[in-house]
Order: sequence, then C-alpha cells, then structure tokens
Amino acid sequence: MERIECLEAIYDELRDCAVVTIMGAVAVELYSLGHRPNFFYLEHAMGLASSMGLGIALSQPDRRVVVLDGDGSVLMNLGGLTTLARYAPPNLTHIVFDNQSLLSVGGFPTATATGSDLAGIARAAGIAKAGTFTDLEAFRSAAVAAIRGDELACLVAKVEPVGPKSFHMDLHMLENRFEFQRYLRPVPDAPGDRSGGPPDPPDPQGAAP
Amino acid sequence: MPVSERHSKLVYDALVAAGVEVVSALPETWLVHLIRLAEDDPGMILVRLAKEEEGVGVSAGAHLAGRRSAMLMQNHGLLQSVNGIVSLAQLYKIPLLMLVSDRGHLGEPDPWQTQGGKTTRPILDALGIVTDELHDPATVQLQVARASTLAEASLSPVALLLTRDLMWEALA
Repeated sequence: MERIECLEAIYDELRDCAVVTIMGAVAVELYSLGHRPNFFYLEHAMGLASSMGLGIALSQPDRRVVVLDGDGSVLMNLGGLTTLARYAPPNLTHIVFDNQSLLSVGGFPTATATGSDLAGIARAAGIAKAGTFTDLEAFRSAAVAAIRGDELACLVAKVEPVGPKSFHMDLHMLENRFEFQRYLRPVPDAPGDRSGGPPDPPDPQGAAP
Repeated sequence: MPVSERHSKLVYDALVAAGVEVVSALPETWLVHLIRLAEDDPGMILVRLAKEEEGVGVSAGAHLAGRRSAMLMQNHGLLQSVNGIVSLAQLYKIPLLMLVSDRGHLGEPDPWQTQGGKTTRPILDALGIVTDELHDPATVQLQVARASTLAEASLSPVALLLTRDLMWEALA
C-alpha cells in the first residue's frame, strides 16, 4: 500500500486531533489532502515528532494526539519509544510509515529493510498495543480504533517507497507553528489563567510598562 | 551525599514559582534531589527521558499546548541535545528553560567530566543561547524567574548553569 492511501483513509479521523508529522513525504502528502490548523509539520529535528506528541498529550490529557512518523525518524530516537511506553498517555496514537528507506534523500535503505522490526521494538519497549499493517483496510480500522481508544498504540504501516513529486509546501514553518499553538490554546492567555493559557510570567521586580 | 539538598530545594521552588508545570530530566549526581522533588510533587508532570534531546520535543509540545516547562540535564545532556535545540527550539521559536549542571568546571575532581566542562560555555555561546550561572542561593529565585521570563518573551532557549558553588555542599 501507499502512504498517501493510508493518510486518505484516516484523514477524516484526524479532524479533531492534534497531529504532529515528520518532515518530507509524510508532511507534504498530508498537506496535499488539505491543510488544517490542527496539523503541525515538524520540518526538521528528526526523531522528535513523537517526543512533541508526548509533550502535547501529557499537557492536554483530554485532547487526542496523533503522531505521523517514519522509519528513518523513529530509528533516530528509539529511546523515545521507551519514554512513550513509560508514560503511555492513553490519548496518544503513534503511526509509523515504514517504507524501509530514506526516500527524500536518495532512497537509501534503513535498517527496517534488513529486518529491524519497529512494531516489535515498540512492543519490547513496553507499548503493548503495537502492530504491523500491510493491508489498507486493516490499517484503517486499527488506526481509527486506536485514535478513538484509550490506550497508547503504535501502528507500523508498511508502505511503498514512493512519495510526492515535489516537497514544496506553501506554508511557512512559523505560520504553521503559531497557527497550531492557537489551535491548542483556544482560550486566550488571560492574566492569572492557569487552566487555558500559560501562567503569567513572574515579575519579582514589579510590572514594567 | 554532599550535593546540597537545601539549594536543590531552592532551585525547585524557583521553578514552581516561575510557573513551570512540566519537567523533563535525565538523572546525574548533581540533579538527584531536584528530580526527587519533581517526583514527589503531584502538581508537576515529570518526564524521565532516555536521552536529553527528547526533552526538547517534550518542551516544544508542552509550550504549544500552553504549559511552561524546564529541562534538567547535565552539560553532556546539553551536548546530546544540540540538534534538537537548533532544529526544533531555535528553528520554530520555542522557549526552553534549560538547567544544566556545570560539570567539569573549576574544582571538578572527576577526570571524565573535564573535557565536557571545557566545551559547555563555548557551545552555549556558539548557539547564541543567553546563559547565566547560579552561584548564590540568595539570587536563585530571581535568576530563575528572569530566565523563564526571557525564554517566554524571546521564544528562545535560555540556559542556567547549576554551578559547584550552589550544588555542592562542603561537609561540615
């Protein structure tokens, strides 16, 4: 199956989730299906999309969070799987598109091409609900169940090493970042408001104009 | 243990007073009391990491979701985190409040800490990260508050070095 088919299959399900993607094909293909303010495309920092998802999920336990990751990125932060497992936020779903290659930088094979099993690694890290999917319908139903469910899940979708023709996105990283922040903080930052926005900066010297 | 429990508590209380609700940490000797304090505080979300760079991601997520965070790390954790600091925090304008134990500096008896000690300040400088040193217990709260304020206002990483003067207590 192809990554874009998987994304199409779960696109509607992502409507009310905070979605963090990795850079490259995952970002561009999700964007091509229609950008939404709840989509954040991490255009660098390979490996940290899942850590960001963890930070969001722990900070807002009532919000469903979906991380759209890739084999190359996960391999850069395998330790992060143990951190996800340790805190196991029930509102987090970790989807890994495994095309067994670093597609956007020459297509060189990753270690999953020679047998490294990311779902197996996730399970061994302590994420009980981890599985590999090669069939689109099986992936779709598992992803929907995981997103709606109340248990940390790691779904590895085996996809063809094909991607978009262009990696251009007409959305500046910072525009995306602030839009996403506004989505996550619907309550305007009010003085003394500890529930919606961030706390007031402390000012031991007294307020300055 | 000669790591100062009293001063660790001062630093921890300063973080809480600054509105920090999420702390990521990877243990080292100088941070033991600080991490225990975070662990025992039901109001604190403590994220124990496998590697410090993950903490940049956790802090970025927490910030976008409206929570103030801090990272507790050894200076070698700072070295581990450099890519995340540059390609997430700085690229995306994410505030980081980094409390970094200043191992390998003057007075360091452990030979294995000394090489890292030499690189800590030059690396922070090369990254353009505003840095302050916590020496004096009397000014800890103010320095932490100001570092947090600057990180949030500048949407940038700010580093506070936890020095030997502060963290190490001479045995009476």
